[in-house]
Amino acid sequence: MSADPHYTLYHPRWYRRRMSVWWWLHNRAYAFFVLREITSVFVAFTALLYLWQIRALIQGPQAYERFLARLKTPLFLTLDTVAFLFVLFHAITWFNLTPKAMVVRMGGTRVPDWAIIGVNYAAWIVLSGAVAFALLRG
Amino acid sequence: MPSTVALSVARYRPEQESEPTFQTYEIPFRKDWVVLDALNYVKDTMDGSLSYRWSCRMGVCGSCGMKVNGTPKLTCATFLSEHMPGPIRIEPLDNFPVVRDLVVDLTDFVRKLKQVKPWIVRKEEKPLAEGEYLQTPAELDAYKQFSMCINCMLCYSACPIYGLEPSFIGPAAIALAQRYNLDSRDQGASERLKLMSEDDGIWQCTFVGECTEVCPKHVDPAGAIQQYKLSGATQWVKSLLLPWGNR
Repeated sequence: MSADPHYTLYHPRWYRRRMSVWWWLHNRAYAFFVLREITSVFVAFTALLYLWQIRALIQGPQAYERFLARLKTPLFLTLDTVAFLFVLFHAITWFNLTPKAMVVRMGGTRVPDWAIIGVNYAAWIVLSGAVAFALLRG
Repeated sequence: MPSTVALSVARYRPEQESEPTFQTYEIPFRKDWVVLDALNYVKDTMDGSLSYRWSCRMGVCGSCGMKVNGTPKLTCATFLSEHMPGPIRIEPLDNFPVVRDLVVDLTDFVRKLKQVKPWIVRKEEKPLAEGEYLQTPAELDAYKQFSMCINCMLCYSACPIYGLEPSFIGPAAIALAQRYNLDSRDQGASERLKLMSEDDGIWQCTFVGECTEVCPKHVDPAGAIQQYKLSGATQWVKSLLLPWGNR
């Protein structure tokens, strides 16, 4: 398809509107969407934090102590709390959207949306439980 | 309920004004009137110069799509009583050039629709003597929802991606492509996927989801696009792992 953004041949009498930079503030659904898109920044932040933690672990006990001390500073506590809330928002909104992308048919009928969403939450709980078990056991 | 209601209608008369203005009409309020009835009342009794499209009055033709109080709606299916006490703001659909008053130009959509080949593509037609292509109820069910589209363009009006990137193929055309991909009689999925995998295809969509919200026929174009993305990605992985495969 051509990259030409014009709908049709130029027609001077037709009124063509330009979208405002603030289009996402015009409607609650759009604002919610933009918020969901922004969560990806915090997901990336959380992933980088884990990588940093692993690096500190590899460097030895002293480095790991320094890493933990840095996490306890008000700056990181605030950042962590905000990132946690956004990651939670990210997970919940995307879990709830999975049935839109995945149509599962069993025995000729479509598996209801709640079941597909439920499998996501169940996997989340089971995996979190497994991680918690592995950590708290030792 | 009051006996009258104010309609604030967007007017654009290119021979008179360089951008749209609003004109207010005070009309009688009747609880069995939809917005289209109100516009017809204005045109018949108050101002014959008002331009808008309509035809069937029963949610089938897809001609009377407009923005009612900011939301894209079929005006034949939107009651005045839902928006009382008013005033009720009526504007042309977003993201299309306005030709006059509430009439927008849809050439762009029609061009895109044709590109997605919204018909049954066969590699080889079977001879008439072999009879029709049969389909089970389950096979019909697989695509039926996406076949309900009436091309009313409410989804294009609600889609900010289409507003920002007018070259995006857009919700209804992709949903209709998916309708034929899922049809057991069709063999054109790989041809369509080529177009859909390009810059203006399915990957432009960031899943805002408003197309599905405004769809008067419950087609769920957002779902169609996400399912298309999933099958497109699966196809891509397959072609990496099995380059000698025929698709």
